Amino acid sequence: MARDYSMTGPDARRAVASGLVTEKWYRTPIDRKVMKALMKRSDQPATRDTVLLFGLMALFAGGAIAVMPSWWALPLWLAYGVLYGSAMDSRWHECGHGTAFKTRWKNSALYQIASFCMIRDPYCWKYSHARHHSDTIIVGRDPEVAIMRPVMVLKMLANLVGLLDFVDGIKRMGIHASGRMLPDEQDYVAPVFHPKTVRTSRIWLGIYAVTVAAALVFQSWVPLLLIGLPRLFGCWHMVLTGWLQHGGLADNVLDHRLNCRTVYMNPVSRFIYWNMNYHVEHHMFPLVPFSKLPELHRACAWDFPAPNASIRDGYAEMLPALWRQRTDPDFHLRRPLPETANPYHDGPAAQAA
Amino acid sequence: MADWVDAIATTDVDAEDVIRFDHGSRTFVIVRDHEDNYYCTDGMCTHEDVHLEDGLVVEATIECPKHSSIFDCASGEVETPPACENLCTYPVKVEGGRVFVEI
Repeated sequence: MARDYSMTGPDARRAVASGLVTEKWYRTPIDRKVMKALMKRSDQPATRDTVLLFGLMALFAGGAIAVMPSWWALPLWLAYGVLYGSAMDSRWHECGHGTAFKTRWKNSALYQIASFCMIRDPYCWKYSHARHHSDTIIVGRDPEVAIMRPVMVLKMLANLVGLLDFVDGIKRMGIHASGRMLPDEQDYVAPVFHPKTVRTSRIWLGIYAVTVAAALVFQSWVPLLLIGLPRLFGCWHMVLTGWLQHGGLADNVLDHRLNCRTVYMNPVSRFIYWNMNYHVEHHMFPLVPFSKLPELHRACAWDFPAPNASIRDGYAEMLPALWRQRTDPDFHLRRPLPETANPYHDGPAAQAA
Repeated sequence: MADWVDAIATTDVDAEDVIRFDHGSRTFVIVRDHEDNYYCTDGMCTHEDVHLEDGLVVEATIECPKHSSIFDCASGEVETPPACENLCTYPVKVEGGRVFVEI
């Protein structure tokens, strides 16, 4: 069946009419005392990781500038880029949930910096992500579907270097700076935040203008390599891990075990991704901080499909499904549950079938 | 006219935690803060229809379990988006180990 992913199209109306817009998502039963302990906030893990993140960014960028124009600058800029264009995505995400730090101003400060790096308006994307959690991979409702069906391989490849997202971010920033909001944003962003979006976009445009001017005045790529361009050449890790979150799985269901994927990853990727490889767990219990997700994963294991053993294992499962979804958009993977698990909650689509 | 309704025992909810309380066709939450003060607010978040019974209580605030809006339990005031509307709050008194809510 054809899909219309716009927020104002026929699939949006169909989702409401068929009962997919609801709070009745399946949740694995977990003892309240255990959940309370899992939700407890702490500043320590995020402070440690933030000091490490900015320290490494300064080290890589400083090293790259010091050795330019040698080719040795290339790997240093690439490493800086991954931290700017990928690690900042996970910081944007965790701080948007308010779960990174116990101290609220620390969440807000890192959220603003990460939003700038990712070219995502902090207010629009706060609401966009709230909708993603309300209506995860519900066609016409979720504004953050990374892989739409039928799958278009060229589009995916373009986004591997951030082309579409970069252009979209710049376009939205320009429209916001002119004092306007886009139709999809008017659907999910509270009007009280529209003036803040406009103000933010104007500040950001000013920063980019100064950056470009500095590049021209000093006849140097360095300002652009520090600000802006890493969103393109450093986002590949975010994209590759992000595709695994929901790729090849079901849409229009009310059970995160059916439309999210948990993948075991190496420590470096987990640092960059801030443990979002535990993605079923995160969607089912979004108040649990990134540092507690491994613990939550163990508490839910009896009720969840087996995680993928590695990034490679995740792709081995996902890629054939995406290839088939080029021509068969209704196809999706349905992974077996352990015997101890509660049955899948498919929602109204399955009941109607 | 509002009545005082016997809602829960004080021991039904731990310190810095929340419990659901249904009365007639309405649903509420009763929050006990870190200093053993009790509060009653509407049960549903004002952003979307998500019940606050699974939320996180920190001191005298409650955080929606779905989208992380934080509300002051005493005033109902929303402190962080995406919610924009305050929660309704209800007077509470504690007598003889029971929590009463004026509804």
